[in-house]
Amino acid sequence: MYLNLNRNLADPDGFYEYLVNSQRHMNNEEANRMNARLVLILCNQVGDMDTLKAAIDMASDPKKAM
Amino acid sequence: MFQTYQYPEFDYQQSEEQSAGQVARHPVVVIGAGPIGLTAALDFAQRGIPTVVLDDNNTVSIGSRAVCYAKRPLEIWDRLGCADRMIEKGVEWQIGKVFFKDDLAYTFDLLPEDGHKVPAFINLQQYYLEEYMIDACKTSNLIDLRWKHKLINLTQEGDVVTLTVETPDGVFQMEADWVLACDGANSDTRKMVGAGFSGQFFQDRFLIADIIMKANFPTERWFWFDPPFHRGQSALLHKQCDDVWRLDFQLGWESDPEEEKKPEKIIPRVKAMLGDDVEFELEWASVYQFACRRIDKFRYGRVLFAGDAAHQVSPFGARGANTGVQDIDNLAWKLKLVMDGDAPESLIDSYHEERAFAADDNLLNSTRSTDFITPKNEASRRFRDAVLDLAEVTEFAKPLVNSGRLSAPTPYQDSSLNTADESSFGCKVAPGTCCTDAPVEVKGKDGWFLNQIGEGFTLLVFGDEDASDISVGNVSARVLRVGDDIEDASGTLAERYDGQPGTVYLIRPDQHVAARWRYFNDNKVEAALKTAIGGA
Ligand SMILES: Cc1cc2nc3c(=O)[nH]c(=O)nc-3n(C[C@H](O)[C@H](O)[C@H](O)COP(=O)(O)OP(=O)(O)OC[C@H]3O[C@@H](n4cnc5c(N)ncnc54)[C@H](O)[C@@H]3O)c2cc1C
Repeated sequence: MYLNLNRNLADPDGFYEYLVNSQRHMNNEEANRMNARLVLILCNQVGDMDTLKAAIDMASDPKKAM
Repeated sequence: MFQTYQYPEFDYQQSEEQSAGQVARHPVVVIGAGPIGLTAALDFAQRGIPTVVLDDNNTVSIGSRAVCYAKRPLEIWDRLGCADRMIEKGVEWQIGKVFFKDDLAYTFDLLPEDGHKVPAFINLQQYYLEEYMIDACKTSNLIDLRWKHKLINLTQEGDVVTLTVETPDGVFQMEADWVLACDGANSDTRKMVGAGFSGQFFQDRFLIADIIMKANFPTERWFWFDPPFHRGQSALLHKQCDDVWRLDFQLGWESDPEEEKKPEKIIPRVKAMLGDDVEFELEWASVYQFACRRIDKFRYGRVLFAGDAAHQVSPFGARGANTGVQDIDNLAWKLKLVMDGDAPESLIDSYHEERAFAADDNLLNSTRSTDFITPKNEASRRFRDAVLDLAEVTEFAKPLVNSGRLSAPTPYQDSSLNTADESSFGCKVAPGTCCTDAPVEVKGKDGWFLNQIGEGFTLLVFGDEDASDISVGNVSARVLRVGDDIEDASGTLAERYDGQPGTVYLIRPDQHVAARWRYFNDNKVEAALKTAIGGA
């Protein structure tokens, strides 16, 4: 597998709205915890360690990773 | 403040009915001479309806509100004969840039397709737009524009609406078969019929300033998130005509609107944005709070609502006036058919059906943009900033950046006036969408497809297929044959409509597709025409 950074969301605005609305009534701590859970769930979905490493590097410093 | 524009003052004239003290009955009275009321007057008059317009003021929109006008409203104004001046005066643009902090995060190009009469977008101050439409109204003897006429009460009984109107000469009453309320976001008419108007208010304030400067910034839409010159907030720069530039500064909810409007407060903000050495004059400034709201029903008996009176959107995406003009496009032909008894009154209900659907689409897009620009809480700001960080370096995050989704027509794909396809077509137009323009030749001269349709119903026929005009009662659909009435030398029309020989389109007077087939069948066309006029 490789890290797909191309457009892959069919409805970007709809996705973003759903994501942000899910935290609309959360305080900062609650939202942080949810984000952590979401990261873990999505990592499990991806599965492949090389892809995950590339994604983690990308997220920790986007400019350096490119 | 310095001014590039001289506000016209229109003369108040006492009407005959007021001076005679005799109540007159009018086919339609439009409340409000803003962009939507004026468009309504022009469209009604073009369809042969004598129209009275009442406005409580006697000039055009003060200060600049709307700036960007999209292709579809320009096509509608072109049908109404007033787009040329707008396009000539307006500034065309197609590039937008989005900056985050110090960097360019994202560039978009509207990439207008060739072979359309009107441009994808123009920028023009709202006062010019209104002035040009008022000039056009003056050339019609069916339009009676009445300045300094304020609607103060309205009642309905049976099919008569009684209006109480205040002028400098006092209060008088008039009657109307139909009333179209285009009296803006704070619509008095809406309150008079007791309509609901609900949605979302955004807890934020924006400084909107128009400045005059001779600078060679490109004619592009520049939007900043959290720029160094305006930390933690957003800002926008866009060119209008006469060297006037529109600036927006997000101020935050805690800001004091009265303080922020003062030139001594604005000038340093502008200097921080443009640099100390740029010379400019402040033309106009105001502080807004934005909302996204919709009326519950576009029709209350014989009173109809359009424009901001029916739906208010935040300006990100330039959807306010743009969508209001399309309300009128949708309504005018329906009202004419119903007034003439050629279609059932229920056709008017399809106005609510189609335009409330479009309003919801506009509200959804405007709300999403405003939510992105004005994050609700720490959590949404974090996602917003993450998107912007990633948009600089990855493709996937770019479509998530939302500094406004620019106005585009909403297809009425599920409208009760449509007849579903029975064959497949390989093109973007479909039942419920507005027609796409294309270059055509008419009687040996270069012309445009959209200029050939829109008076009544059209049957667009490709190839030699036998076809004839079809009528339902007094309503006819007239054949427009490609290769005879119009020539499609470039093949663009055939391509945009997948016009294989035999293809037939039934097109509504508002240039929307009602039905289409791969062959001509008079019974089918008749049934579709009946459906398109509300099932006569
Ligand atoms: C900062 C800003 C930027 C914007 N940018 C854009 C943009 O780029 N593109 C876009 O499409 N839209 C934009 N808009 C929205 C646009 O300005 C409005 O959608 C548009 O003016 C609505 O037109 P209207 O005719 O419905 O109402 P209005 O323009 O509000 O006109 C209503 C008219 O009714 C009259 N009236 C009110 N009450 C009465 C009464 N009781 N009796 C008689 N007359 C009455 C008023 O005097 C007025 O003339 C922007 C708005 C703002 C504030």
